[in-house]
This record gives sequence, structure tokens and C-alpha cells, in this order.
Amino acid sequence: MPAELLRMEGITKVYPNGIVANKNAGFSVIKGEIHGLVGENGAGKSTLMKILFGLIQPEEGRILLEDKEIRIPSPSAAIAHGIGMVHQHFMLVPSLTVAENLVMGIEPRKGILLDRAKANREADELSRKYNLVVDPKMVVRDLSVGMKQKIEILKALFRGARILILDEPTAVLTPQETEELFGELKLLRDQGNTIIFISHKLGEIKELCDRVTVMRNGCHQGTFAVADVTEQQISRLMVGRDVILEVQKGAPAPEGTVLDVRDLTILNRFGKRAINGISFSVRRGEILGVAGVEGNGQRELVEAITGLGTWLAGKIRIGGRDIQGQSIKEIRELGVCHIPEDRMTYGCASALSVEMNLLSCEHDSKAYNGAIFTRTRAIRANSARLVSEYGIKCSSPAQEVGMLSGGNIQKVVVAREFSSEPSLIVADQPTRGIDVGATEFIRKRLVELRDAGAAVLLVSADLNEVMELSDSLIVFYGGEIRAYIPDVHGITDEELGLYMLGLKRQGDEETRRACHE
Amino acid sequence: MNEFFKAVINAEFGYSVLRVTTPILFATLGALISDKAGVMNIALEGIMLVSALAGVVFSAWTGSAGMGLLAAIAAGALVGLALAYCALNLKTDIILSGVAINLMASGGTVFLLYLVAGDKGISSSLHSKILPKLDIPGLSAIPGLGTIFSGQNVLTYVAFLSVIAIAIFLYRTPMGLRIRAVGENPNAADSVGISVKRTRYLAIVLSGVLAGMGGAYMSMGYVSWFSKNMTAGRGFIALAAEAMGGATPLGSVLTSLLFGFFDALSNTLQLLKIPSEFVNMIPYAATVVGLVTYTIRKTSRERALLARGVSAEAAKGKGA
Repeated sequence: MPAELLRMEGITKVYPNGIVANKNAGFSVIKGEIHGLVGENGAGKSTLMKILFGLIQPEEGRILLEDKEIRIPSPSAAIAHGIGMVHQHFMLVPSLTVAENLVMGIEPRKGILLDRAKANREADELSRKYNLVVDPKMVVRDLSVGMKQKIEILKALFRGARILILDEPTAVLTPQETEELFGELKLLRDQGNTIIFISHKLGEIKELCDRVTVMRNGCHQGTFAVADVTEQQISRLMVGRDVILEVQKGAPAPEGTVLDVRDLTILNRFGKRAINGISFSVRRGEILGVAGVEGNGQRELVEAITGLGTWLAGKIRIGGRDIQGQSIKEIRELGVCHIPEDRMTYGCASALSVEMNLLSCEHDSKAYNGAIFTRTRAIRANSARLVSEYGIKCSSPAQEVGMLSGGNIQKVVVAREFSSEPSLIVADQPTRGIDVGATEFIRKRLVELRDAGAAVLLVSADLNEVMELSDSLIVFYGGEIRAYIPDVHGITDEELGLYMLGLKRQGDEETRRACHE
Repeated sequence: MNEFFKAVINAEFGYSVLRVTTPILFATLGALISDKAGVMNIALEGIMLVSALAGVVFSAWTGSAGMGLLAAIAAGALVGLALAYCALNLKTDIILSGVAINLMASGGTVFLLYLVAGDKGISSSLHSKILPKLDIPGLSAIPGLGTIFSGQNVLTYVAFLSVIAIAIFLYRTPMGLRIRAVGENPNAADSVGISVKRTRYLAIVLSGVLAGMGGAYMSMGYVSWFSKNMTAGRGFIALAAEAMGGATPLGSVLTSLLFGFFDALSNTLQLLKIPSEFVNMIPYAATVVGLVTYTIRKTSRERALLARGVSAEAAKGKGA
């Protein structure tokens, strides 16, 4: 077996809030391999990689590069050691060009000026060398997610990275873009680079990686040659039990329109059309999924329906009522509940207690308010009931929401929203970044509420989620509905990808079926 | 009315527009450079005031206008440094720190003035110097244009040349690239080893230097003395000018000139028999009107864009 390039030993990291992210964790890679790092959310894989990239410092443990102990106090130190990281949230400056983003921090100079010609030339040469084709003069703002990711990889390579860390790089990509990325990564490996690939999609690990390390609860669970293990074996190591990620649900029985959207056009803040004349409806007892690469109008649609944003033309009716000009409160009174994409900004008040957050939709209800003071006992009872019903793990209902884990914060949001007996649920990325247990729970609840007669609009960038949870699908591209799929079993991932990328579209006749007329 | 046009449409008025634009332009450039680094320097007003006093005091002590200017610039840089230290090292809210600096400057300059000049209102007992005016050979001979552009204070030329210098600095140098990166996505800058803190320090200090020159111009060019609260809100007008100018060097010049125009107008109208209270209001009213117009235009442009899109589609629909 070839020698180890990099080794992390006995890494322990305790965050200031007492969460132990890594417990005596170890990890090693050999030169020229693609090494998968898998684990549930909160298993400590991101923390371990942040330590390797110098973003955080461990309490204990050491890092060896080619058998020599090194210290990595900052990202610059990591870069100097040839370690580069491609973050999940791109570290790019949107108004600068590709070349400017690449050379940022180590700019070529001509006198006191920036040597733009040289920057462009270097960017061009680099992108040719690694077959990551980008136009150096393009402004980053105008590029697709896939292109931005290429720039991130190039940025690391430009700084001399030999070890590349990719943090869930495929989460934001379409199947086609993922395919392309895998090709590029394999090429990089064949040129002698080492790649650490963080993921929780086991299919991708099987397809791409040479070896895989499994983490659970901050500990190293084992490292295997990918060819020797099955997905089931890895999954068992990850969660410590066999999980059924597939949602158990019966056939839908849709009846009667709840949400009706007609010829809706929405402008974004730049005056461009974020949504361009779309029509669809959601009926009682069905889950309509909205698939699409992020930034194709999903957010604007959700904002319009929930009253957070305005629109330019068209109609939105909920339960037959036109919601034009209605306040968020009035819309909520129509039976709409909303699980927002950004739970820390819109979903909860992180500095307030679990109790207050659970109450917040009904803060002015008679049940909780006396003539002058609030009815403390009723509020307590309500929160105690929801905490136990939704299995929210907190020290007490008086604990600050911000101190909980992502999954538990989301449970607080979901408990509050679902407890109002909604007729329309707008769920925007309901399980993003939360652990498998909470994900399973929330998905199950969504199906239960559907069966109880709620209409569900599910927006998710997670293709698996959309495919598993939805009864029917609409696919967004460039603010338009490119396809309506009445039954998700009738479409493959590849075909869906073509619609998502805008390479294929249904005719108006077909997409118009989404209105159920 | 006739008198009004006679007062405004002539070369002297053009001269005075440039004259009164100068301090606003300096401060606007100061606002621009800190805004590009992602910090709002609300302390421009106070910095100008401190620098105006520093210029007067040091030019009187040393007998040299140049030393006065240097002292004013140094004072501007120091106050900028203090603001940066509070905001970046001590992590105070930069707006609150800026407000504190403004209040301190407004009271502190009067206090210092009393200590050195024995007067709480004006520095006329100090024999301070003024910065020279430049006659531009050739240009001064041209009628009209010569009157407008020649014979301005040396800092007026510096102000307009600074616009070009700052445009080059921001868009053509490595440091400018870093400042813009830090302002737009500090995480991105941080991830490639650019120190966000150091870059912001530099931008705030440069912003202080520019405001310092604006202050020096106020007390050693615009007039030849320091008086209590003489900057009269120019630092705040600059913040409005920078925003209206779309945070670009060219836009900043144009909006500064616009506010300079109204400032000059109020000076000219004082000569006609219009109540001075009303006239003094003009530059500030212009700021409010300017900001409102800017917002309305922005929204209507968005609407127009859309309307064009709709009609284009309609035409396409008919064609098919």
C-alpha cells in the first residue's frame, strides 16, 4: 500500500457551547486517491475538515503531513501546506470576474497596478490544464452554480493545493453537473492530486471514491476500500442501525383546489423576472413538489404565497380567496403555514425560549392572553405538549432556541406550524442540514398531514427528497414551469435533470395540466 | 425672477459651484472608499470638523499653510484610526461609534478652540494661513471657462484629481481589488488569506484622510478661519451623495456637483432679498428631494424594464 500523505490523530474538539464534535477522531489519506468522508449531519465530518483547513483549532490531537507534524493555525497556513478547500457556500465575490476571483490575495502586478492581462492568461492556462473550462473575463454573478464550483476548485489549485477538500459539492448540482464534476475530479486524481470528498449520498461515494471513512458521533468508525463494502454496510455504520430513508406513503387522494396560482409574474430586486407567468394549483390531500436548481424563482414564489413578498401580475387564490394585498396574518388565517428556507431568520427568534417560539403564531390568541397579562399556565401546557409530541430535545422549554441543534430548531418550527391545523403547507427546504432522525420525522408528519387533507407545496433542492415525498412535480427553470409530472414514478433522475437544466421543456399544453382544470 | 437668473447663469456662479463642491466631494470620496470595504463611515462630519480645527491651529503655530494641511490630514487619519479601532478591535457598533465621534468633535473642537484661541465661536484671534489659489496658465485667458476653472484653491484641483486617483486605486490595483472583495464578501476574502480587518483599517483611514482634506479646505480655503460647527452637515450630505451616485467614482462626482450647485445657490440667493432661514434650508432640502427622486427613478426604471419585456413578448405572440 502506498505511503500515507496526510494523517490526523486523536483529534478532539469541544465547542464553547459544550457540544463535543470530535472525540479522539482519526483520519488519513494516501496520495492520489479520492477519499470519501461520510456521516450523518452532526457526525463531526465538517468539524474535522475545518480543523484540517485551519478554520478552527482542536483541543487535542496532531496532524502529520508526509510523516512530519504540522500546525495549521489559519487557512493561509493550510494553503501554504498545499491543502485547499471548496466550501459548501461559495467563497466568491459576485461582481468580480473569474480571473479576479482566482488571483485575489496573490495578484500579479505591473508596477503598482493589477496586471489584468496576466491574471486572465494564468486563469486560462490553469483552466485548460485541469480541463475545468471557464471564461476568465466573465463576471461571476452571471455564472451557473456548476461554473462557480469549478472556479472554487481552480482557486484552490491556483494556490498550489495538492489535497483538495470538497464539502458536499453535489448538494447544489443537477445530475448532469454532478456527472461532469466527477469526471473532472477523476482527472485531477489521475494527475496526482488527492481529494477528500465529504458527502452523505452513498451512491456518489460508490461511484467516485477509492476509499471511504465513516464517522458517527464524532468518532472514526472505520476506513474501507469502496469496492469491498456495500451501501447498506456503510449506512449501518453511519447511523448504527438500518434506516429506511424511503418514506412510507399511500397513493394520494386529491380533491378540491386549495392553492391556485394563475399567470403569476414576480420581479426580483434587480427588476428582472424571477417568475414569468406561471400557473398551477395544489389540491387537498396531495404533495406538489417544486424541483429545480436553486435561484430559478422558487424563493420568490414562496414569498408571494406566504405574504412575504409582492408580485407584479397574476392571481394567487387560497381556498378561493384572492390574497392580493392581504397581510401575512390574514393569509395565515386562511390556514396557510410556512416552513421557511432560512429557519434562523424567518423560522424562529433564536434568542428567545423554545416556549415563546412555539407560541409565536398565536401570540394574540385569547387562549394565551388575559386582560393584561399572558396566561403563563396555558403557554406552559402548550409548549410541554408540543415538545413531547415532536420529540424536541431541549433542557427545558425555557431554553434558548439558538442553543439547540439544527434538527431540533427545525422541529420547533415544524411543531408550531403544523399544530395550527393547516389547510395549505408551504414547506421550503424542510429538512436541509438536519440529521436523519429529524428528517425522517418531518417527512412522516408531512405525509400524515397530507392524508388528513392538507395541501402541501414542497420546495426542495434535494432531489431525493422531492422525488420521494412528492405525489406530483413541477420543474422550475428560469422562472418558468418547464415540466409538470403528474406522477413522480413516471420520471427518471436523468430526465428530471434535463428539465432542471433547461435543456428540455414540455409544451404549454402539458404544463397547463398543473392547473387541474 | 430676472434677478435670479442673472445671479445663476454666469461664470462666477460656475466658479462658486466648484468652490463649494470641493468639501462635499472630498467627504463623498471618503464615504465611497469605506463603503467599498463594507463599512459605513458616518463619522465623516466629525472628522472634517476636527481636521478643520487642526489645520487652523497648526498653520497658525508653524506659520505654514502646508504644515496646517499636513496636520489636518494627520488628524483625519487619526480619527479614522480611532473609529476603526473601536469598530474592528473592540467590536463596537460602527454607527454608534461614528455618532459618538461626531458628538465629541462638535463639542471638543469648541473646547479646544477656547483653549488655544480664547474664543468659543471663531478662531479669528489666531493668525492662521490659507492654502494658495492656482492660476492655470492658458486656461485663465479663456473667457468664461477661465473664470470657472482657473484661480480655484489648490485643494479644489486635488479633489477632482482624487476622483481619478481613487477610480484607478479601486479598480486597477491589487489593494483596490481586495477592498472591493472585502466589502462584497468578507468570507471569500478571508478564505484566500486577505485580512478583512487590515483591509478595513486601511479603507477607514483613507476615508479619514479624504475627509481631513475636506476639513482643511473648509478652514484654510473656503474661509480663512475655524468656526463652531462650520462643516454644517456636509459629512452627512456626502453619505447621501455617495449612495445616490451608486457607489461609483463618477456618480460620486456628479451627485457632489449637484449638492454643490444647491449649496452655491443658497449662497447666491442670500444676496437677493430672500429670508436667510429659507435659503439656508436649500442644500438640505435638496438632499431629501435628491434621495426621493433617486428612489422613484430606480423603481420606475424597473417598471419600464418590465413593461418593455411585456410588450416585446406581446409582439412575439402576435408574430407567431
